[in-house]
Amino acid sequence: MSRSPVLTFTDRGIYCPSGDFHIDPWRPVDRALITHGHSDHARWGHRRYLSTEAAAPVIRHRLGEIDLRTIAYGERRTIGGVTVSFHPAGHVPGSAQIRVEEAGEVWVVSGDYKVAEDGLSEPFEPVACHAFISECTFGLPVFRWTPQAQIAADLNHWWAANAAEGRTSVIGAYSLGKAQRIMAAVDPSIGPILTHGAVEATTVVMRNQGIALPPTTHVTPSFDAKGHPGALVIAPPSALGTPWANRFGPAAEAFASGWMALRGVRRRRGLARGFVMSDHADWDGLNEAIRATGAERVFVTHGYTSVFRRWLESQGYDAGIVETEYEGEEAAEPEPLVE
Amino acid sequence: MKRFASLFEALDRTTKTTAKVAALTEYFTTAPEEDRLWTIALLSGRRPKRAVNSTELREWASEAAGLPLWLFEEAYPVVGDLSETITLILPPPQHESDRSLATWIGTLIALTGQPAEARKSAIFAAWDQLTTEERFLFNKLITGGFRMGVSQGLMTRALARATGIEETTLAHRLMGDWKPSSTTYAALIGENDPEADASKPYPFALASPLEAEAETLGAPADWLAEWKWDGIRGQLINRPSAFALWSRGEELITDRFPELAPLADFLPQGTVIDAEVLAWGQDTPLPFAALQKRIGRLVVPKKLLTEAPAHLLAYDLLEDAGEDLRSAPLAHRRARLEAIIGALPPGLPLSASPALSFDSWEALAEQRLTARERNSEGLMLKRLSSSYHVGRKRGDWWKWKLDPYTVDAVMLYAQSGSGRRATLFTDFTFGIWDGDQLVPFTKAYSGLTDAEFRKITDWVKKHTLERFGPVRRVPPELVFELAFEGIQASPRHKSGIALRFPRMLRWRQDKPVAEIDTIDNLRALLAASGGQPPHPRDI
Ligand SMILES: [Zn+2]
Ligand SMILES: [Zn+2]
Repeated sequence: MSRSPVLTFTDRGIYCPSGDFHIDPWRPVDRALITHGHSDHARWGHRRYLSTEAAAPVIRHRLGEIDLRTIAYGERRTIGGVTVSFHPAGHVPGSAQIRVEEAGEVWVVSGDYKVAEDGLSEPFEPVACHAFISECTFGLPVFRWTPQAQIAADLNHWWAANAAEGRTSVIGAYSLGKAQRIMAAVDPSIGPILTHGAVEATTVVMRNQGIALPPTTHVTPSFDAKGHPGALVIAPPSALGTPWANRFGPAAEAFASGWMALRGVRRRRGLARGFVMSDHADWDGLNEAIRATGAERVFVTHGYTSVFRRWLESQGYDAGIVETEYEGEEAAEPEPLVE
Repeated sequence: MKRFASLFEALDRTTKTTAKVAALTEYFTTAPEEDRLWTIALLSGRRPKRAVNSTELREWASEAAGLPLWLFEEAYPVVGDLSETITLILPPPQHESDRSLATWIGTLIALTGQPAEARKSAIFAAWDQLTTEERFLFNKLITGGFRMGVSQGLMTRALARATGIEETTLAHRLMGDWKPSSTTYAALIGENDPEADASKPYPFALASPLEAEAETLGAPADWLAEWKWDGIRGQLINRPSAFALWSRGEELITDRFPELAPLADFLPQGTVIDAEVLAWGQDTPLPFAALQKRIGRLVVPKKLLTEAPAHLLAYDLLEDAGEDLRSAPLAHRRARLEAIIGALPPGLPLSASPALSFDSWEALAEQRLTARERNSEGLMLKRLSSSYHVGRKRGDWWKWKLDPYTVDAVMLYAQSGSGRRATLFTDFTFGIWDGDQLVPFTKAYSGLTDAEFRKITDWVKKHTLERFGPVRRVPPELVFELAFEGIQASPRHKSGIALRFPRMLRWRQDKPVAEIDTIDNLRALLAASGGQPPHPRDI
């Protein structure tokens, strides 16, 4: 092959030379295609943005006045010498994998994804391609997720048991995606659902775009926090253990994250309870997704990249690592607290 | 196993003592008696004989998971626990089972000594019929290190609730070297026949570190002060049908110190003494290193018996003429102890640990500074009106140890921790100046808060110069004050010295690297301290 690859890896992000655009770049560029609204993928400072219609409201909410055009899932659009389309990634509502085709050669950038349905996000769609750029946040065989129905049952049981003992249930969850996934999964008849400001803001944006979510009450500074025993409070992980979270009187704290699969991580955070709930693919999910693309070349990004690449090579793939500045689902450094 | 797994889950999901005791009480009331017995055994640090070693476990687990061993080895440090790694990596079980904890342990015991193939197929079969939670516990039965966040005291409290037997009585019954494989729950908990009880020690009373100023303890006249000897804490029992010496770890060590045997002929029947076993010079203890040579030796060579003869320095009298004296005030117990020892013929390897005379805390503090010259670690302070309590009870007994040595050093390498700190850099290698070079001289991995470790972890990630596997080399910029208990010459170390119990005291963000300590400071300390070898604190 004499011509340059469909996608290249630069210090600004993944770049398409023939289309002259970047995908989820981490430094300012002229044209950015954005997989989803998480802050390590949708950054401020690009001149033009393109995202799915479903992801756009949150991206606008987070980045303010930007030049953002939208595209429907599956819609094909020609940019320079390539054809691009966005396909559901199952990560959070609106999240996409981005397919880039040039002269019959297809590359797909997964963004963040998960294969299992979460009851809220558009289900993951395998996209056939020659080269697949996959995240591998949880690319070790010790990560295997509990089915969504089981997590929902565990959450309800925990919440109801706390409520019966007159305790508030405070759960830490990322404000975009995980928080709404919990709202949608729990049984709202157990008690009121209260939200931290960061969670509430994103929830309102999603509700306004037509995503069905149960009623929530924003915990404002004047809110009578002790007046709602038995409530479920959803807050960003960084709010756990702070005075903000201590205002509810007797409470049980938990954290919902894929990292909760590891006892050591849960104990380090001083949590008696953790729910293994991730918006990234688990080990089986990654392997299944990669197989389903039919790709021969796989590049891995955020996560256990060197181990996962070695594993893929042992499975007969032509595998490489892309150094990116995506962050995955960090247990140690949760997203900043914004009220 | 299911009942045991739900006990574990209940204990694991709470940090509240009351909830833990409630879960244990329920378990000790409802579980089959063999399971209760084994649970008591596990929670008091006993475990079945090891049937499978950890290399076999790793190989078998990756085989059962259909994954290469290297992948298992990559996952293990991320998880930080072998049993948990195996649990997580195995495919879901295909079968079910409701065998009890005791039967599973029976299976493991029967496997010891079997050929590898037989053990392997039994372990595979077990993994394939245990749920995730049960598997984790099953693996822990093999690897040991059973920690369920439950102290022996907490377990005893729950057992007392479940049985209606008094806590102190139970604590006493659980002492000694009973084995779950050769006793029953009823025999262990119930009224034992006096014969079997004859050699059982009393639970040791422990002291808490004195953190406040000594002045806060009140009138010096209310207190007994004595040296905190640096040997093996022991309990000597002389009863009509038993002469026994127990270590604090509840190990019977009578036969390791044959020179103490004549005491059986001279001490009154029904005497139990709390004492320190020391290697003895002319009239004073030898450094711990001398005693260390005898630890672990079941048969003591003659030469050692003359080089490092054992001697007991008695602290307390627990039983006097067969009567349990533990609730009598210390002043009375000491008086009886001294009377008994005073009536012995000269030349026996037993004397009373001297009580220090002092009329002010200031004067006592002066004496404390001379502890190291006496091969002592500091002082013990005991309220003269105190009873001999079970375990650690704050208020009456304090250990007032010498302050540790300290040194300011700079971080050179960082490595991530394990277990609950697997995602943080917590294990550091430190350097000090040797001329204009920084020479690495010790490692330390505890003493900072999680918040500090998080900050340092961020810094390490941003400043990594080089990686060697899990170890990162960083620029010499972060300065720490390290504390340690002792120092010795060590040809194995580049610096020529080794520290005993090094740990981080504080992160000195105020101190420039240029001002940290030099190797000469440590060499001077080594010379001053006589270069004693390091030794474990408790055995
Ligand atoms: Zn994301
Ligand atoms: Zn991401």
